[in-house]
Amino acid sequence: MKEVLSGNEAIARGAWEAGVRYAAAYPGTPSTEILENIGTRYKDDIYSQWSPNEKVALETVVGASIAGVRALAAMKHVGVNVAADPLFTASYTGVRGGLVLVCADDPNLHSSQNEQDNRNYAKFAKIPLVEPSDSQEAKEFLKIAFEISEQFDTPVLFRTTTRISHSKSIVDLGDRAELPRPDHMERDVKKYTMLPAYARPKHPKIEERLQNLRAYGATSPLNRVEMGDRSVGIVASGIAYQYAKEALPNASFLKLGLTYPIPDDLVREFASKVDQLIVVEELDPFLEEQIRLLGIEVAHGKDWFPITGELTPEAVAERLTGQAFERQPAAEGLPVRPPVLCPGCSHRGVFTVLRKLKVYVSGDIGCYTLGALPPFEALHACLCMGGSITMAHGISKAMGEVTDRKDKTVAVIGDSTFFHSGVTGLMDMIWNGGHSVVMIQDNRITAMTGGQVTPGIGKTLMGADSPAIDIEKLVVTLGVKPENVRVVSAYDLKEIETVLKEELDKPEPSVVITKDPCVLQYRVKNTPMRVDPEACTACGVCLRTSCIALGMVGEGDAKHAEIDPNFCTGCTVCAQVCKFDAIRPQE
Amino acid sequence: MKTVNLLLSGVGGQGVILASAILSRAALLQGLDIKQSEVHGMSQRGGSVVSHVRVGEKVHSPLVAEGGCDILLGFEPLEALRFAHWVRKDGTIVYTPDRVNPSTVSAGLAEYPDDVEERLRTYPVNLVRVEAAALAERAGNRRAANVVLVGAASRFLDFPLEVWEKAVEESVPPKVRDVNREAFRLGREA
Repeated sequence: MKEVLSGNEAIARGAWEAGVRYAAAYPGTPSTEILENIGTRYKDDIYSQWSPNEKVALETVVGASIAGVRALAAMKHVGVNVAADPLFTASYTGVRGGLVLVCADDPNLHSSQNEQDNRNYAKFAKIPLVEPSDSQEAKEFLKIAFEISEQFDTPVLFRTTTRISHSKSIVDLGDRAELPRPDHMERDVKKYTMLPAYARPKHPKIEERLQNLRAYGATSPLNRVEMGDRSVGIVASGIAYQYAKEALPNASFLKLGLTYPIPDDLVREFASKVDQLIVVEELDPFLEEQIRLLGIEVAHGKDWFPITGELTPEAVAERLTGQAFERQPAAEGLPVRPPVLCPGCSHRGVFTVLRKLKVYVSGDIGCYTLGALPPFEALHACLCMGGSITMAHGISKAMGEVTDRKDKTVAVIGDSTFFHSGVTGLMDMIWNGGHSVVMIQDNRITAMTGGQVTPGIGKTLMGADSPAIDIEKLVVTLGVKPENVRVVSAYDLKEIETVLKEELDKPEPSVVITKDPCVLQYRVKNTPMRVDPEACTACGVCLRTSCIALGMVGEGDAKHAEIDPNFCTGCTVCAQVCKFDAIRPQE
Repeated sequence: MKTVNLLLSGVGGQGVILASAILSRAALLQGLDIKQSEVHGMSQRGGSVVSHVRVGEKVHSPLVAEGGCDILLGFEPLEALRFAHWVRKDGTIVYTPDRVNPSTVSAGLAEYPDDVEERLRTYPVNLVRVEAAALAERAGNRRAANVVLVGAASRFLDFPLEVWEKAVEESVPPKVRDVNREAFRLGREA
């Protein structure tokens, strides 16, 4: 049976076919759909869950592996930074049930804060690295990755990129491997307890493991030699292979699926058969450096293919064929169409007020990061998940006592990000005498990644009811004074402003919470607003709320704002900023 | 069959992804190889969306090469113009004149150019203008404009009509099947 599947859907299928029984993740583009698919399509056979963050997800997966089942963790590239602690030591403990960590990199930062090449993690953690180049391989290679994990007693890093995870191609579906559930809990203290005395002897074993993997690579089905025209030999993996194959279908290829450690002998043999070796890879010279270390001459690598951004089929083809594509000139001067807060978004009112107050806003990762863009420009720093609260604390300590409100700091963080790693930062602020305002914009969902449940909802990935963690109670329990914990309506601009001013003037931590749900995920639609053209002076203040439902129409004296009722959700934010009372609900 | 390279450009929420799915489905029913790629994540929030669909005997790259696009489907005139230079000489651009203002225009930070269609005409391509929203409305739902465009593009792909009809049927929810079937027909005949 054949289906057109995305790379992520194929990985979910591969997990099912591999007999996986446990999967955990924190959502992150472009990895999110892996667990979404496991949690829906394969829920009868695989236990799966969203975890509060990637470290937690991976640790639960290590536990499942120790129990003896095949287990999978999935995350985006920066998620592995969060999960690096358990990953590096899981390399020492090894596995009982096969353990695969799927990480989806995002070259060109389509939806990310950096462009790190996570292949480097395999080398750093001394674990094997598997890279598929289309959906069929994503499924098949994942099954092999579990076999490698068990055979070599190691976690396996399974790395995709946006163009693998989010591209669709035809996949041949297979059956599920029925692996028996473990019938008892084995104890092996020396294997799983990484005290110095037990961990020290592991390190030489890991070095030996890498040598064994290097030898295995020569005969692994993950690696493939395609001999053709011998004047050019191309070494490539992942999406780069597809671009190169498209450009030079008749060249000779060493197509690697196991890209760390690379199979020395196979590379040497391939290099000896071709006139010149070209390494085509995206981001870092990861393969190129390994090949050069073998003393093999690489004719072209990073001198031809950029270290930054995504490769493109035309750029690869132009280099490999030496022929420029004929192209028409691109249209210039077109207005850009950046992502924006949706009409009715519960973040719009908050950023409208923050801009007015001119405070310094320490931001976080989520839809609300868009508050940094014009016309808001009301978010001034964003580093990593959970970083808003901690940066705000550092800023306020460094600034000392300030009198001008614009030198005070507000941390802005969403519900899912707060659960991910904001809680520890708030502990820090409380413990160490901080005095910033933390604005928790709880929209009852992980919105940016397409709407995944959080620990605050009362539902799990698989749809079960669960206790909902109450943010108000949590922050009070941590030690924020109950009178400094304020819940405001995301759509009442006056209330937000009054409360923020009061809390900014206090010498201790405050938490201001909005609880209005994501309009997109919860399909919120109230009576749309309309503009009275007579009352409207076309001053343009409403446009500064950056809502695509609003626009200016007409010329001269007839010029006025207009609202598209198809987009408008009736949130009233534009009406509240209008000084002429020209915006009212439709009758 | 020579590989056919399609690009679908539009705005988040217009149904670019569903249109891509119908094209892929039709190619699969034809027994062809397919690759389709788009970037999603931030795009549902009114941003530009572009989807690549490649169909042929054997397809390697999931991305269409800039300058190598055979058929561009523009779901919005500005988005058609933004990708017009991806189309090869003598390729085809099928587009709808229905505008969607970018947030930068709504916010008064930029102006929507009033010469978009004129500029589209300067490209050395076969330009097909389809009033997709109006035709979709006639079919019963303005939101089926995406399927009107697929219908219009179907004339440039040599698949039997039954294949297209089956692909549409299998790609949309049962309750909007009739509207979409009609939208496809109106687009194909436009």
